[in-house]
Amino acid sequence: MQITLTHYLILSAILFSLGLYGVVTRKNAILVLMGIELILNAANINFIAFSRYGGMQLDGQAIAVFVIILAAAEAAIALAIVLNIYKQFKTVNVDEINKLKE
Amino acid sequence: MNLFDIIFYFFALIVLVSAGIVVFSRNIIHSAFSLLFTFFGVAGIYILLNADFIAVAQILIYVGGILMLLVFGVMLTNKVVNVEIKTGTMHTLPAALLTAMTAGSLCGIFYATDWTIVEGIPEIKSTTNSLGEMFMTTYLLPFEVASVVLLVALIGAAMIARRDKSLQQ
Repeated sequence: MQITLTHYLILSAILFSLGLYGVVTRKNAILVLMGIELILNAANINFIAFSRYGGMQLDGQAIAVFVIILAAAEAAIALAIVLNIYKQFKTVNVDEINKLKE
Repeated sequence: MNLFDIIFYFFALIVLVSAGIVVFSRNIIHSAFSLLFTFFGVAGIYILLNADFIAVAQILIYVGGILMLLVFGVMLTNKVVNVEIKTGTMHTLPAALLTAMTAGSLCGIFYATDWTIVEGIPEIKSTTNSLGEMFMTTYLLPFEVASVVLLVALIGAAMIARRDKSLQQ
């Protein structure tokens, strides 16, 4: 069976679901961030697969570059917030952080 | 089954197995290091899709930048006395149901839809040149906005991370 667009789409669907599972179930905030990275990678696979098979030339790849840029910005900000949370609460477990202010 | 298919399944296996370890492993360090293999596998998938520039950018930015940040985050937010850093999970059963439903419906939609596919193998050439031209012409405004967003995000991250000292003085 020839590898076509559907193979890449199903790969990205499974990767997206794994990332979603990680975001929903993990207690540690850093692992939630890792789940978000998996989800962004799944979206990028879709963009580039459509860019290759969907006749969109390079537009999909250009948008994938923007996704990577935003993922980098998101990781930097989110880790700064997580470090602050750790300073305040001495834990990064998202189920124990239930106060906006101490 | 030709070589292309075998390479695709190889990279897909790497991506899915290491993503599974990221999600299911109890040890945070194991998760962080198998995320490395996920990113490398996704880069291989990009190369199979004729996206050489994105593949290299993926390795440079994700592996060199984001994964480093995440590993530092793990080390700074845990008391690393021993290598075993465990973490718990919560409400796994509803999450597993939700995720299985999402995966099933997505796969069903992807499989059932009659995608318009460009037949044949496109001319294989380096995409860096044409991508650079696109960023300087079609996508000039988003490109500049993205650069400002990155600058603001990095300054903001530095501000947030060392806020307590500057505020107390």
